[in-house]
Order: sequence, then structure tokens, then C-alpha cells
Amino acid sequence: MDLAATILVDGLIYAGWLFIVSVGLTLVFGVLNILNIAHGSLYAIGAYASASLVGAYFAAGGEAFPYGSYAALILAAVLVALVLGPLLERGLLRFFYGRDEVLNVLVTYAVFLILEDVMKLIWGVNPYFVYEPYTLLGDVEIGPLFYVGYDFAVIAAAIIVGLVVWLTLNHTQIGKVVLAVIHDSEMSQTMGVNVQRVYLGAFMAGAFLAALGGAMTAPMISVTPGLGVNVIIVAFAVVIIGGLGSVPGAAIGALMVGISRAASVHMLPEAELFIIYFVMAIVLLFRPEGLFAKTQARKI
Amino acid sequence: MSKGVLEVLDVQKSFGAVTAAKDISVTVPEGAVYSLIGTNGAGKTTFVNMVTGYIKPDAGTINFAGRNIIGMAPRQITRMGIHRSFQIAQLCNELTVEENMLVADAIHGAKGPSFLQNAHNQDARARAIATLERFNIAEHRNRLIPELSGGVKKLLDIAMAMAGDTQIMLLDEPTSGVASDEKFPIMDLVMEALKSAGVTVIFVEHDMDIVTRYSERVLAFYDGRIIADDAPDEVLSDPEVQRYVTGAPA
Amino acid sequence: MGSNLIVSAIVALVVLAAGAVILPDWAMFLFAMALAKGLVCLGIVGMMRGGVVSFGQGLYYCLGAYTATLVANTFGVSDIFLLTLLSAAVCLLVGLAFGPLLSNYRGIFFAMLSLALSMVLYGSLSKMSFIGGTDGLNIAAPTFLGWAPEGRPLQAALYIYVVTIVVIAGTLMRLYFDSERGLLTLATRDNELRVEYLGASVRNIMTYNYVFGAVLGGIGGTIAALALGHVDPEFAFWTTSGEFVFVAILAGYLSVPAVIVAAIILELVRSFSNLYFPNTWQLALGIFLLAVIIALPNGLGSLVRRRKGNET
Repeated sequence: MDLAATILVDGLIYAGWLFIVSVGLTLVFGVLNILNIAHGSLYAIGAYASASLVGAYFAAGGEAFPYGSYAALILAAVLVALVLGPLLERGLLRFFYGRDEVLNVLVTYAVFLILEDVMKLIWGVNPYFVYEPYTLLGDVEIGPLFYVGYDFAVIAAAIIVGLVVWLTLNHTQIGKVVLAVIHDSEMSQTMGVNVQRVYLGAFMAGAFLAALGGAMTAPMISVTPGLGVNVIIVAFAVVIIGGLGSVPGAAIGALMVGISRAASVHMLPEAELFIIYFVMAIVLLFRPEGLFAKTQARKI
Repeated sequence: MSKGVLEVLDVQKSFGAVTAAKDISVTVPEGAVYSLIGTNGAGKTTFVNMVTGYIKPDAGTINFAGRNIIGMAPRQITRMGIHRSFQIAQLCNELTVEENMLVADAIHGAKGPSFLQNAHNQDARARAIATLERFNIAEHRNRLIPELSGGVKKLLDIAMAMAGDTQIMLLDEPTSGVASDEKFPIMDLVMEALKSAGVTVIFVEHDMDIVTRYSERVLAFYDGRIIADDAPDEVLSDPEVQRYVTGAPA
Repeated sequence: MGSNLIVSAIVALVVLAAGAVILPDWAMFLFAMALAKGLVCLGIVGMMRGGVVSFGQGLYYCLGAYTATLVANTFGVSDIFLLTLLSAAVCLLVGLAFGPLLSNYRGIFFAMLSLALSMVLYGSLSKMSFIGGTDGLNIAAPTFLGWAPEGRPLQAALYIYVVTIVVIAGTLMRLYFDSERGLLTLATRDNELRVEYLGASVRNIMTYNYVFGAVLGGIGGTIAALALGHVDPEFAFWTTSGEFVFVAILAGYLSVPAVIVAAIILELVRSFSNLYFPNTWQLALGIFLLAVIIALPNGLGSLVRRRKGNET
């Protein structure tokens, strides 16, 4: 019983984190039809930016009101989205719309490689530590188990992110326009939708979510080069499981991967690294386009 | 029953609430020329797709060469001798006309496609060019598909389907996308090539002049059902057909 | 065509083999690694002709390397021919197991599923401490049918070995690309529906391309392991596979020699970047990749070989 509870709680924490890093990826794919490897770089840059900002906040006397460091975290993600979103989307990706999906993966792979080194040039190769926000929320006791309160904040953040994205897409004017573009961008264009702006907006939202994932993770880890490499592969697995472009799919994918990884960590540690891909391979075997993908028969 | 007969019995198919085929039964004798008429959505293409394995019927049987072919993959049905062309010609756009033909030739070679034999070998090229000549498109052999006119694309599409041991050929709107002055010359060419090869022909067509000129028998489709199955003149003068299909007395 | 191909193969063999005499030690090692990786990339190019790109070819590169290493360390086998053959056989079997499965997938799904398989191997090997875990394993220098060279002769022998295999594999792949099945692969890339309605199995075509890629990957991995004297799970990591894809894209699918040239270019760029800009090697690679995608969408091969017109 304890084991099951532990797996569930650990799994939910991991799933929350996974959802935040994956939902932006699936959103960008849904709108732009680009599977963005550089999503991992945006995550890593978010982590560095938040480490720097939070560090600066405390250096500037933030001890008096330590909770302000959470604002610094979010501000870091906003900054990353504002700077890199337009730069990447307007400066590069827009030239590749409508091209082969696999080619576009390579374009973003190139961006990923470039950003990996740019991060080293900006932040160096030494690790950054900003543990303050992690300890601020104290511990939570569940039965015999202790958890760090911040971990639950991650779950809460995931739920908020999920609700905001879902409500925006399904219950706002902007969301309707975005869904129209996802459905048929050419038709939307002729109906007077500014498709360019939707693309830019969706990419910036995706960049923000990636950076937010990194920013929230920074206090839990030491921020070092190579952070984005593993994140992107895990996020890929999540969105492929859920069905590319599907927000509920990303949530289900995150839960499946999160809980199976937690189960593996506690029951079969050797399998920890490959369980994620194993789950993905199994799902693809039965649902070749993921759980929530819209499949359409080709008319001949 | 003769080996080349196509027998469709009580075939049913619906897509959700839409009935695409209801109680479809028809027997097409060997060497016959049938045309399928009906408005869009009446079930003509569904019929073609079911016979060629693209769509699996919900119920019924389709017998050919002593076997029920329902559930077989398109390539298995093709291998039995039932070939088809497409409403939008299905060609390989990055290959030349001759190479498209070589693809068809390689698949239907006696030993199956080889791993080592050069695809452009003399024998294969000679066969490919002979087929292209039969359809009067050999002059385009070195051109890429996007450069071709609609008529040439249609002819190549049909020529490729003729590379194997074709017994039944289903043509899905052979004259759609073809310039109006090319329609009759193309149909002349196609029907001549198919008839001289002794192939059974079933074609979907909207142009009633072509229907009367080329088919021996007409199947009129309406709302997933066959409402008439008779000689062209009989079908076209049928009041029900006039009301639901042709819209006016023929 | 046939005689031209033989002449080209002989010229390539002589030119490349001359490197064994001319090249300094460091360059010979670099070329041997480039050629070994070129074999892996040749397999990807074979799949690219059918319209799919494997982002997980590190699976077979790593599998080949570990097979050779484990066989060498467990049974004391050091003969390079035997090791290559065994690795190729293992990769053939694994390729035959996964090939029919992957042949149902296209585009991003093929790429990601192949990547997932390679990451499963990476994850498993990293956790298997009894075969070195993340540190990997060492493998002793190979022998050649009983001959056990050392120093420069060993390097030269290994180099000649990989040159010979590359030329043979390149010639066979060229024959295959130009064959009837090779044409079917191109047709499949273009229009699967047409190919199925002509009576051919697209899955079968895809499976063969995948299996050939698996065998080439395994041979490449074996030679790389022997040249390095060491294997580790990084052989299967996705960034390793990413570099193979990079080479395949740089080369394009039109020309076989372009694959080898592209592999050599990558190794040269890497070693010079490591020397002069150790912290910006990936930056250089990324810019290079973007430049290739924009300037040479059909790869280096399109500079020397056009698919249309003059091909007979």
C-alpha cells in the first residue's frame, strides 16, 4: 500500500513536470506542424535565466521577501519567450512552413546544437545553484512519507497551465482562431485570419512553456550544460504517446510516463531509463499515431 | 461459373450514418464493358474501392476466380488480376514517364523485382516503351509527371495498371481532369487497348455521351443502391434514373 | 553501367587505400572512423530513398560495437573478419525483428520510434554495471586471420580493412539503388498507394531497406569499436544518431561516394573545431547543418549526380 502510494505521488510529481515541458511542444506542433527539438534548448535557457534572475534577486536583498523569487522564475520564462520566440519563429522557422516534417525536425535540431553552445558562451560551464525557492514552501507529510512542498507546487502549476491552455483554446475568441488555423491554415487565411500572427503567438506560447518548465526546475537541480538533451527526448515520448498536437493527449501521456517511471524507480531501477521509450513503443504499436491523434483516411 | 466473372453479392457498407452501399449485387461477365453512373456520393467510387480492396464492406461477398476477395489487401487483389485507375491519376511525380512504367514492369516481372538487375535494363525498357506506345504517350517518356497534361497523366495511370496480367480493369472517372476535346480520343485509345487485351472494363463516368458510346451495360447508383442495371438506352430512359441521376430525359 | 561501376569501385579502392601509405597516424585514425560511420550513414541513405529517416541508427552502431566487444572479451576472439561477421549477423536478426514493425510507420513516427528503440538500448546498457555501465568496456586490438600487427601496421591494416568494406558495401548499395527494387523504393517514397495498387508490398520494400541499414550500422559500429579500442552506451545515444542523420542529409540520397565524403567532412570539421574552438563545436555543426538544408536541399550528391536526364 505504501509502495503504491509512493509510486502514485512520485508519478504525479514527475507527470506534472512532464506535462509542463510537453504541452508547449505539442501546441507548437499542432499549429506550426513543426516538431521542435530546440524546445529542449528553450527549457535549458529557461533554467539558466531563472537561475540568474533568482540569484540576482537575492543578491539585491530579496531575502526580505523571499517569495518574490517565484515572480523572478516566471519573469525569466517570459523573457526567454519574448526574446527567442520572435527570433526563432520570424528569423528561421517561418521559411520552412509546409516543408517535410522530418526536414523540419532537422532544422530545429540545428537550432538545438547552436543554442547548446550559445548557452555555454553566455553562462559558462560551471553549475548554478538556486535552492532558495525550493525550500521556501517547507515539507509536506503524507502518512509516513515526507515530500518537499515545492514538488506539489509543480503539480499545481501543471494543472493551472493545462487549464489555461485548454480554456484558452476552447472557450476564447483567440482559441477559436487558433483552432481554425490548426484545422486549415489556408482557409483561415482567406477568411481574414492573420495566420502569421497566430504562428508567432503559438510559438511564443510554446517557448514560454518550455522556459517555464526549465525555470521551475532550476531550483531543484544544479543547472549545467546538457540540460536540454534528455528533456527533449522525454517530452517527445510524451507528445507522441498522447498524439501530436493534442493537449489532453499530452496530459495523458505525461501521466502514463510519469507513473510508469515512478513504478520503475521503486520496483525495477534498472529499467528507469528505458521505461519511457518502452511505454511509447507499446502505445505506438496499438495506436500508430498516438492516443488522441485525429486519423483521416485518404480520399482516392 | 467462368473464371473471369466478377460476382458481387449483397454487399453493404456504411460510414457512420451515411449508407455508401446497400444490397449491392451485380455479376459482370468476362470481357464485358460496364459503366457506373450516379451523382456524387451515390456510391460509385465506393463500389470501385470495395472491389479493389481499399474499403472493406461491412457484409456480403465479392467472388472472383473462385475466391471471396473481401478482406484481401489491394496488392493481393491486384495480383489476382483486378487492376484499377484513379480519379486523380496516381503517379510517382519525381520519376519520369518511362520510370513510372518501369516500376509497374518491375513489379510484374516473371521473377518479381530483382535486387541486382538494373531497373533500366534493355528488356524492361523495351517492354515499358511498347506499353507507352500502345497508349500513344511514348513521346513523353523522358518527362517528369508534373509537366504532363491531364490526359497524358490519365493514360499513364491506366497504362501502368495494364503492366500485369490484367483481367478486370476498374477506371474511376477516366475522363475527369481531361480537356473536353481530348475525352473521346482518350476513351477510344483506352477502350481499344483494353478490349484487344480481352480485359473486362468497369468505368465510372459522368458524361452520358461517353456512357452510351462505350459501355454495353450501365449500373445506375442512387443513395448507395443500384437503381438500374441494363443496356445504356434502357437505363437512360428509365424515369427513376432520369429523376435521380441524369436530371433530364436523355 | 556495370563496367563503369567496377572501374569506379577499383579507382575508389586504390585512392582510399593509398591513404594507408600517405596519411599521418592521426589522419588515418580519423579517416577510419569517418569511413566506419559512413557505413552507418549509407544505411540511413538507403532508407531515405524510401522516404523515411531513422533517428535511431545508433541502435545498430552500438549493437554491433557491443557484440564485437562482448564476443572478443568473453571468448577471446580477436579476428576482425569473424567479429565483423558476428556483429553483422546479430544486427541482421535484430533488424529482421524490428523491420516489419517499423515498416508500418512514416515520417516523424518512424523517426521517433527508431529513436526510442536506440534509447532503450542506451538506457539498458547504462544500467548494466556488469558490462561497464556508462563507462563502457575496452576491446583489444584485432588480429587479421592470425596476423597480429602493432603500432602503425595495425592502424594501416585496420584502415585498409575499413576501406575495402566501404568500397564493397558502396558498390553493392549502388547496384541495389539502381536495381528494380531500388526503383520501387524511389516509387514508394513518391506514392505508396500507386505501388500497392501495382501489386507490390510497401512494407516489404521498407523492411529490406531497414534491414540493410541495420547490417551496415552493425559493421560500422564494430569497426569503430576496434579503431577506438573502447565502447560505451553513448554509441546508442540520440545525439550520435543525430550526427549520422546529419551526414546522410549532407550527402543526400543521390550519390554513394557523397556519403563517404560527407562522413569525412564531418570528422574533419569535428577534429578541427575541437582543436580551435572546443566550446563552439556544436555551434559550428548547427550552422553547417542549416546551411546545407538551405543551400543544398538534395545534398552534396546533387552536385555530381542528377537523378534525371543523363542517367541510363
